[in-house]
Amino acid sequence: MTMTPRRMALWALWGLALLALAGFGWLKLSPMFDRNGAVVIGPGDYHLETTEGAPFTEDTLEGSPSAVFFGFTHCPEVCPTTLGDITTWQEDLGPEDELRVFFVTVDPERDTAEVLHDYVSWAPGVTGVTGSPEEISKALSAFRVYARKVPLGAGRYTMDHSANILLFDKDGRFFEPIGYQEDPDRVMEKIRRMLAG
Amino acid sequence: MIRYVLTAGALAVLTTTTPVHAFGSGQQAVTGLPHVLRLPETTPDAIPVSGTEEHSHDMSSGMGPWRLGDLTIAGAFSRATLPNAPVGGGFLTVTNAGSEDDTLVAASTAVAGRTEIHEMAMEGEVMKMRALTDGLPIPAGETVELKPGGFHLMFMELTGPLVEGETFTVTLTFEKAGEIEVPISIAGPGAKGMDHSGHGGHSATD
Repeated sequence: MTMTPRRMALWALWGLALLALAGFGWLKLSPMFDRNGAVVIGPGDYHLETTEGAPFTEDTLEGSPSAVFFGFTHCPEVCPTTLGDITTWQEDLGPEDELRVFFVTVDPERDTAEVLHDYVSWAPGVTGVTGSPEEISKALSAFRVYARKVPLGAGRYTMDHSANILLFDKDGRFFEPIGYQEDPDRVMEKIRRMLAG
Repeated sequence: MIRYVLTAGALAVLTTTTPVHAFGSGQQAVTGLPHVLRLPETTPDAIPVSGTEEHSHDMSSGMGPWRLGDLTIAGAFSRATLPNAPVGGGFLTVTNAGSEDDTLVAASTAVAGRTEIHEMAMEGEVMKMRALTDGLPIPAGETVELKPGGFHLMFMELTGPLVEGETFTVTLTFEKAGEIEVPISIAGPGAKGMDHSGHGGHSATD
Protein backbone atom coordinates (compact mmCIF):
# COMPACT_ATOMS: atom_id res chain seq x y z
CA MET A 1 0.00 0.00 0.00
CA THR A 2 1.51 3.33 -1.00
CA MET A 3 1.20 6.34 1.20
CA THR A 4 -0.73 9.00 -0.61
CA PRO A 5 0.01 12.56 0.49
CA ARG A 6 -3.48 12.71 1.91
CA ARG A 7 -2.92 9.60 4.00
CA MET A 8 0.43 10.94 5.17
CA ALA A 9 -1.18 14.18 6.23
CA LEU A 10 -3.77 12.22 8.17
CA TRP A 11 -1.11 10.24 9.99
CA ALA A 12 0.73 13.46 10.78
CA LEU A 13 -2.47 14.88 12.23
CA TRP A 14 -2.98 11.84 14.41
CA GLY A 15 0.60 12.15 15.59
CA LEU A 16 -0.01 15.75 16.54
CA ALA A 17 -3.21 14.86 18.29
CA LEU A 18 -1.46 12.20 20.35
CA LEU A 19 1.31 14.62 21.20
CA ALA A 20 -1.24 17.19 22.36
CA LEU A 21 -2.98 14.53 24.42
CA ALA A 22 0.23 13.42 26.08
CA GLY A 23 1.28 17.01 26.77
CA PHE A 24 -2.07 17.94 28.20
CA GLY A 25 -2.17 14.79 30.29
CA TRP A 26 1.28 15.49 31.64
CA LEU A 27 0.33 19.04 32.56
CA LYS A 28 -2.81 17.85 34.30
CA LEU A 29 -1.25 14.88 36.05
CA SER A 30 2.18 16.12 37.04
CA PRO A 31 1.01 18.08 40.10
CA MET A 32 -0.53 14.83 41.36
CA PHE A 33 2.83 13.44 42.38
CA ASP A 34 5.47 14.72 44.75
CA ARG A 35 9.21 14.17 44.28
CA ASN A 36 8.97 10.65 45.62
CA GLY A 37 6.21 9.82 43.19
CA ALA A 38 3.53 9.75 45.88
CA VAL A 39 0.09 11.09 45.10
CA VAL A 40 -0.46 14.57 46.52
CA ILE A 41 -3.95 15.20 47.81
CA GLY A 42 -5.07 18.39 49.44
CA PRO A 43 -2.70 21.25 48.63
CA GLY A 44 -3.86 23.65 45.95
CA ASP A 45 -4.68 27.21 45.08
CA TYR A 46 -8.28 27.21 46.29
CA HIS A 47 -9.81 29.94 48.41
CA LEU A 48 -13.05 28.85 49.98
CA GLU A 49 -15.01 29.88 53.03
CA THR A 50 -16.38 27.87 55.93
CA THR A 51 -19.95 28.23 57.15
CA GLU A 52 -18.44 29.82 60.27
CA GLY A 53 -17.08 32.62 58.10
CA ALA A 54 -13.42 31.53 58.23
CA PRO A 55 -11.28 31.06 55.13
CA PHE A 56 -10.64 27.50 53.94
CA THR A 57 -7.34 27.08 52.09
CA GLU A 58 -4.61 24.47 51.94
CA ASP A 59 -3.28 25.92 55.21
CA THR A 60 -6.53 25.10 57.01
CA LEU A 61 -5.66 21.41 57.12
CA GLU A 62 -2.48 22.04 59.11
CA GLY A 63 -2.48 22.18 62.88
CA SER A 64 -4.75 19.32 63.84
CA PRO A 65 -6.08 16.18 62.19
CA SER A 66 -9.12 16.50 59.98
CA ALA A 67 -11.48 14.70 57.66
CA VAL A 68 -12.68 16.21 54.39
CA PHE A 69 -15.82 15.06 52.66
CA PHE A 70 -17.43 16.33 49.46
CA GLY A 71 -21.22 16.38 49.14
CA PHE A 72 -24.25 18.60 48.62
CA THR A 73 -27.56 19.35 50.31
CA HIS A 74 -29.67 17.99 47.43
CA CYS A 75 -28.02 14.64 48.12
CA PRO A 76 -30.61 11.98 48.82
CA GLU A 77 -28.57 9.38 50.56
CA VAL A 78 -24.79 9.35 50.69
CA CYS A 79 -24.41 12.71 52.41
CA PRO A 80 -27.01 12.25 55.18
CA THR A 81 -25.74 8.70 55.78
CA THR A 82 -22.14 9.88 55.95
CA LEU A 83 -22.97 12.73 58.34
CA GLY A 84 -24.77 10.16 60.50
CA ASP A 85 -21.70 7.90 60.42
CA ILE A 86 -19.43 10.80 61.33
CA THR A 87 -21.65 11.56 64.33
CA THR A 88 -21.15 7.99 65.53
CA TRP A 89 -17.36 8.19 65.10
CA GLN A 90 -17.20 11.46 67.01
CA GLU A 91 -19.15 9.92 69.86
CA ASP A 92 -16.70 6.99 69.86
CA LEU A 93 -13.70 9.30 69.83
CA GLY A 94 -15.03 11.48 72.61
CA PRO A 95 -14.73 15.25 72.95
CA GLU A 96 -10.95 15.25 73.43
CA ASP A 97 -10.12 13.43 70.22
CA GLU A 98 -12.94 14.93 68.17
CA LEU A 99 -11.96 15.18 64.54
CA ARG A 100 -12.31 18.38 62.55
CA VAL A 101 -14.62 17.52 59.67
CA PHE A 102 -15.06 19.70 56.60
CA PHE A 103 -18.08 19.10 54.38
CA VAL A 104 -17.18 20.77 51.08
CA THR A 105 -20.09 21.28 48.70
CA VAL A 106 -19.81 20.04 45.12
CA ASP A 107 -22.88 22.16 44.32
CA PRO A 108 -21.88 25.76 45.14
CA GLU A 109 -24.66 27.18 42.96
CA ARG A 110 -27.33 25.92 45.34
CA ASP A 111 -25.38 25.46 48.57
CA THR A 112 -24.86 28.92 49.98
CA ALA A 113 -23.12 29.29 53.33
CA GLU A 114 -26.51 29.77 55.06
CA VAL A 115 -28.09 26.66 53.55
CA LEU A 116 -25.02 24.56 54.23
CA HIS A 117 -24.59 25.81 57.79
CA ASP A 118 -27.88 24.39 59.02
CA TYR A 119 -27.44 21.22 56.98
CA VAL A 120 -24.17 20.20 58.66
CA SER A 121 -24.29 21.95 62.01
CA TRP A 122 -26.18 19.18 63.85
CA ALA A 123 -23.28 16.76 63.30
CA PRO A 124 -20.56 17.28 65.94
CA GLY A 125 -17.37 18.91 64.68
CA VAL A 126 -18.64 19.30 61.12
CA THR A 127 -18.12 22.60 59.32
CA GLY A 128 -19.52 23.37 55.87
CA VAL A 129 -17.29 24.78 53.15
CA THR A 130 -18.44 26.62 50.05
CA GLY A 131 -17.23 29.22 47.57
CA SER A 132 -17.50 30.27 43.95
CA PRO A 133 -17.87 27.50 41.37
CA GLU A 134 -14.35 28.32 40.13
CA GLU A 135 -12.77 27.91 43.57
CA ILE A 136 -14.77 24.73 44.28
CA SER A 137 -13.54 23.36 40.97
CA LYS A 138 -9.94 24.09 42.03
CA ALA A 139 -10.55 22.28 45.32
CA LEU A 140 -12.00 19.27 43.49
CA SER A 141 -8.79 18.97 41.49
CA ALA A 142 -6.61 19.47 44.55
CA PHE A 143 -8.40 16.75 46.50
CA ARG A 144 -8.70 14.49 43.42
CA VAL A 145 -12.42 14.40 43.88
CA TYR A 146 -14.79 13.57 41.08
CA ALA A 147 -18.00 15.56 40.78
CA ARG A 148 -20.29 15.94 37.82
CA LYS A 149 -23.63 17.59 37.27
CA VAL A 150 -26.32 15.21 35.98
CA PRO A 151 -29.34 16.91 34.39
CA LEU A 152 -32.76 15.62 35.48
CA GLY A 153 -34.74 17.69 32.96
CA ALA A 154 -36.47 21.07 33.24
CA GLY A 155 -33.38 22.72 34.70
CA ARG A 156 -33.15 20.26 37.57
CA TYR A 157 -29.99 18.38 38.27
CA THR A 158 -28.25 16.12 40.71
CA MET A 159 -24.57 15.47 41.28
CA ASP A 160 -22.47 12.36 40.91
CA HIS A 161 -19.55 12.62 43.29
CA SER A 162 -16.80 10.74 45.12
CA ALA A 163 -18.21 9.38 48.35
CA ASN A 164 -14.89 8.86 50.11
CA ILE A 165 -13.94 10.72 53.24
CA LEU A 166 -10.33 11.88 53.13
CA LEU A 167 -8.31 11.84 56.33
CA PHE A 168 -5.50 14.36 56.91
CA ASP A 169 -2.96 14.16 59.72
CA LYS A 170 -2.05 17.07 62.01
CA ASP A 171 0.50 18.33 59.48
CA GLY A 172 -2.17 18.50 56.81
CA ARG A 173 -0.80 15.52 54.93
CA PHE A 174 -3.23 13.11 53.31
CA PHE A 175 -3.43 9.97 55.44
CA GLU A 176 -5.99 7.52 54.09
CA PRO A 177 -9.47 7.49 52.63
CA ILE A 178 -12.54 6.08 54.32
CA GLY A 179 -14.91 4.42 51.88
CA TYR A 180 -18.66 4.94 51.86
CA GLN A 181 -20.24 2.63 54.45
CA GLU A 182 -16.87 1.16 55.37
CA ASP A 183 -16.92 -1.15 58.37
CA PRO A 184 -17.10 1.04 61.54
CA ASP A 185 -14.41 -0.96 63.34
CA ARG A 186 -11.98 -0.50 60.48
CA VAL A 187 -12.85 3.18 60.32
CA MET A 188 -12.15 3.69 64.02
CA GLU A 189 -8.90 1.76 63.72
CA LYS A 190 -7.84 4.03 60.84
CA ILE A 191 -8.74 7.24 62.65
CA ARG A 192 -7.00 6.14 65.87
CA ARG A 193 -3.91 5.12 63.90
CA MET A 194 -3.84 8.57 62.33
CA LEU A 195 -4.34 10.34 65.67
CA ALA A 196 -1.53 8.25 67.19
CA GLY A 197 0.83 8.95 64.28
CA MET B 1 -5.80 20.31 12.04
CA ILE B 2 -7.13 22.60 14.69
CA ARG B 3 -10.09 20.29 14.95
CA TYR B 4 -7.86 17.30 15.63
CA VAL B 5 -5.92 19.10 18.32
CA LEU B 6 -9.14 20.26 19.92
CA THR B 7 -10.44 16.71 19.88
CA ALA B 8 -7.26 15.57 21.52
CA GLY B 9 -7.64 18.29 24.12
CA ALA B 10 -11.20 17.24 24.82
CA LEU B 11 -10.05 13.66 25.12
CA ALA B 12 -7.38 14.69 27.58
CA VAL B 13 -9.94 16.56 29.64
CA LEU B 14 -12.17 13.52 29.64
CA THR B 15 -9.40 11.21 30.70
CA THR B 16 -8.15 13.51 33.41
CA THR B 17 -11.54 14.21 34.92
CA THR B 18 -12.60 10.60 35.19
CA PRO B 19 -12.51 9.31 38.76
CA VAL B 20 -9.05 9.02 40.19
CA HIS B 21 -8.92 5.63 41.79
CA ALA B 22 -5.89 6.48 43.87
CA PHE B 23 -8.00 6.26 46.98
CA GLY B 24 -10.49 3.69 45.84
CA SER B 25 -8.36 0.92 47.32
CA GLY B 26 -10.98 -1.62 46.41
CA GLN B 27 -13.00 -1.62 49.59
CA GLN B 28 -16.16 -0.61 47.80
CA ALA B 29 -18.60 -3.22 46.71
CA VAL B 30 -20.86 -2.29 43.85
CA THR B 31 -24.18 -2.02 45.56
CA GLY B 32 -26.26 -0.52 42.82
CA LEU B 33 -26.98 -3.61 40.82
CA PRO B 34 -30.63 -4.55 40.59
CA HIS B 35 -31.74 -6.13 43.83
CA VAL B 36 -33.97 -8.70 42.26
CA LEU B 37 -34.81 -11.58 44.54
CA ARG B 38 -36.69 -14.79 44.02
CA LEU B 39 -40.21 -14.87 45.34
CA PRO B 40 -40.18 -16.69 48.64
CA GLU B 41 -41.73 -20.15 48.65
CA THR B 42 -44.10 -19.13 51.39
CA THR B 43 -46.06 -15.95 51.08
CA PRO B 44 -45.92 -13.43 53.93
CA ASP B 45 -48.51 -14.21 56.57
CA ALA B 46 -49.95 -10.75 57.01
CA ILE B 47 -51.28 -10.04 53.54
CA PRO B 48 -54.84 -8.81 53.72
CA VAL B 49 -56.73 -11.03 51.31
CA SER B 50 -59.93 -9.07 51.09
CA GLY B 51 -60.44 -8.06 47.49
CA THR B 52 -63.14 -5.54 48.24
CA GLU B 53 -61.07 -3.35 50.48
CA GLU B 54 -57.62 -3.21 49.02
CA HIS B 55 -56.31 -0.80 51.63
CA SER B 56 -57.31 -2.97 54.52
CA HIS B 57 -54.56 -3.67 56.96
CA ASP B 58 -54.01 -4.45 60.57
CA MET B 59 -53.70 -1.06 62.23
CA SER B 60 -52.45 -2.56 65.45
CA SER B 61 -49.37 -4.07 63.87
CA GLY B 62 -48.12 -1.15 61.80
CA MET B 63 -48.57 -0.71 58.06
CA GLY B 64 -49.03 -3.00 55.13
CA PRO B 65 -48.29 -5.09 53.26
CA TRP B 66 -50.52 -3.65 50.57
CA ARG B 67 -52.02 -5.54 47.68
CA LEU B 68 -52.84 -4.42 44.19
CA GLY B 69 -53.83 -7.30 41.93
CA ASP B 70 -50.85 -9.65 41.83
CA LEU B 71 -48.56 -7.09 43.42
CA THR B 72 -47.70 -6.85 47.09
CA ILE B 73 -46.04 -3.72 48.43
CA ALA B 74 -44.33 -3.89 51.81
CA GLY B 75 -41.84 -2.19 54.07
CA ALA B 76 -42.45 1.34 52.84
CA PHE B 77 -40.31 3.87 54.65
CA SER B 78 -38.56 7.16 54.16
CA ARG B 79 -35.90 8.96 56.14
CA ALA B 80 -36.12 12.15 58.10
CA THR B 81 -34.47 14.96 56.14
CA LEU B 82 -31.54 16.97 57.44
CA PRO B 83 -32.03 20.71 57.98
CA ASN B 84 -32.53 22.49 54.62
CA ALA B 85 -32.36 19.23 52.66
CA PRO B 86 -34.85 19.70 49.82
CA VAL B 87 -34.92 16.05 48.78
CA GLY B 88 -35.79 12.72 50.35
CA GLY B 89 -35.84 9.08 49.41
CA GLY B 90 -38.61 6.46 49.57
CA PHE B 91 -37.97 2.74 49.99
CA LEU B 92 -40.23 -0.30 49.71
CA THR B 93 -40.42 -3.75 48.19
CA VAL B 94 -42.75 -4.88 45.42
CA THR B 95 -43.50 -8.57 44.93
CA ASN B 96 -45.10 -9.71 41.73
CA ALA B 97 -46.93 -12.99 42.33
CA GLY B 98 -48.53 -12.91 38.90
CA SER B 99 -47.43 -14.48 35.63
CA GLU B 100 -47.04 -11.19 33.81
CA ASP B 101 -44.23 -8.68 34.16
CA ASP B 102 -45.23 -5.25 35.38
CA THR B 103 -43.44 -1.91 35.65
CA LEU B 104 -43.52 0.80 38.29
CA VAL B 105 -43.92 3.74 35.94
CA ALA B 106 -44.62 6.66 38.27
CA ALA B 107 -44.97 7.81 41.85
CA SER B 108 -46.34 10.98 43.35
CA THR B 109 -46.98 12.53 46.72
CA ALA B 110 -48.36 15.77 48.09
CA VAL B 111 -45.22 16.39 50.15
CA ALA B 112 -43.00 16.74 47.07
CA GLY B 113 -43.30 18.93 44.00
CA ARG B 114 -41.91 16.10 41.95
CA THR B 115 -41.28 12.40 42.54
CA GLU B 116 -39.05 10.28 40.34
CA ILE B 117 -37.86 6.69 40.33
CA HIS B 118 -34.09 6.62 40.68
CA GLU B 119 -31.24 4.23 40.85
CA MET B 120 -28.20 4.92 42.93
CA ALA B 121 -25.02 3.02 42.27
CA MET B 122 -21.51 3.13 43.62
CA GLU B 123 -19.00 2.95 40.81
CA GLY B 124 -15.74 2.55 42.64
CA GLU B 125 -15.78 5.40 45.10
CA VAL B 126 -18.18 7.51 43.08
CA MET B 127 -21.87 7.75 43.89
CA LYS B 128 -24.00 7.94 40.75
CA MET B 129 -27.68 8.66 40.48
CA ARG B 130 -29.90 8.06 37.51
CA ALA B 131 -33.58 8.68 36.88
CA LEU B 132 -35.28 5.55 35.52
CA THR B 133 -37.30 7.33 32.88
CA ASP B 134 -38.80 4.09 31.54
CA GLY B 135 -39.82 2.97 35.01
CA LEU B 136 -38.67 0.11 37.19
CA PRO B 137 -39.49 -3.38 35.88
CA ILE B 138 -41.20 -5.73 38.35
CA PRO B 139 -40.73 -9.15 36.69
CA ALA B 140 -43.33 -11.88 37.21
CA GLY B 141 -42.57 -14.07 40.21
CA GLU B 142 -39.94 -11.75 41.65
CA THR B 143 -39.48 -9.23 44.42
CA VAL B 144 -37.83 -5.92 43.64
CA GLU B 145 -36.40 -3.95 46.50
CA LEU B 146 -36.21 -0.19 46.58
CA LYS B 147 -33.66 0.29 49.31
CA PRO B 148 -30.81 2.53 50.43
CA GLY B 149 -27.90 2.11 48.05
CA GLY B 150 -30.05 1.05 45.10
CA PHE B 151 -33.42 1.83 43.59
CA HIS B 152 -35.46 4.46 45.41
CA LEU B 153 -38.25 6.94 45.02
CA MET B 154 -36.75 10.41 44.89
CA PHE B 155 -38.90 13.12 46.44
CA MET B 156 -37.83 16.48 45.09
CA GLU B 157 -38.96 20.01 45.89
CA LEU B 158 -40.21 18.91 49.30
CA THR B 159 -42.92 21.18 50.66
CA GLY B 160 -41.42 20.81 54.14
CA PRO B 161 -39.01 18.67 56.12
CA LEU B 162 -39.72 14.95 56.52
CA VAL B 163 -40.04 14.47 60.26
CA GLU B 164 -39.19 11.20 61.98
CA GLY B 165 -42.28 9.40 63.24
CA GLU B 166 -44.64 11.03 60.77
CA THR B 167 -46.31 9.38 57.79
CA PHE B 168 -47.22 10.54 54.31
CA THR B 169 -49.00 8.95 51.39
CA VAL B 170 -47.45 8.04 48.05
CA THR B 171 -49.38 7.05 44.97
CA LEU B 172 -47.61 4.35 42.97
CA THR B 173 -48.59 3.77 39.36
CA PHE B 174 -47.91 0.42 37.73
CA GLU B 175 -48.21 -0.09 34.01
CA LYS B 176 -50.61 -3.03 34.30
CA ALA B 177 -51.83 -3.23 37.88
CA GLY B 178 -52.76 0.44 38.02
CA GLU B 179 -52.57 2.80 40.99
CA ILE B 180 -52.30 2.28 44.70
CA GLU B 181 -51.89 4.65 47.61
CA VAL B 182 -49.36 3.53 50.19
CA PRO B 183 -48.52 5.22 53.49
CA ILE B 184 -44.82 5.79 54.05
CA SER B 185 -43.43 5.99 57.57
CA ILE B 186 -40.57 8.38 58.21
CA ALA B 187 -37.69 6.77 60.06
CA GLY B 188 -34.46 8.34 61.33
CA PRO B 189 -32.08 10.04 58.91
CA GLY B 190 -29.78 7.01 58.64
CA ALA B 191 -32.44 4.28 58.78
CA LYS B 192 -31.81 1.18 56.70
CA GLY B 193 -35.31 -0.17 57.12
CA MET B 194 -38.46 0.13 59.17
CA ASP B 195 -40.05 -2.41 61.45
CA HIS B 196 -43.38 -2.03 59.78
CA SER B 197 -45.06 -5.29 60.63
CA GLY B 198 -44.70 -5.76 64.35
CA HIS B 199 -44.17 -9.49 63.83
CA GLY B 200 -40.43 -9.72 63.57
CA GLY B 201 -38.90 -8.85 60.23
CA HIS B 202 -36.05 -6.42 59.89
CA SER B 203 -35.94 -3.63 62.41
CA ALA B 204 -32.60 -2.27 61.34
CA THR B 205 -33.36 1.32 62.19
CA ASP B 206 -30.11 2.94 63.22
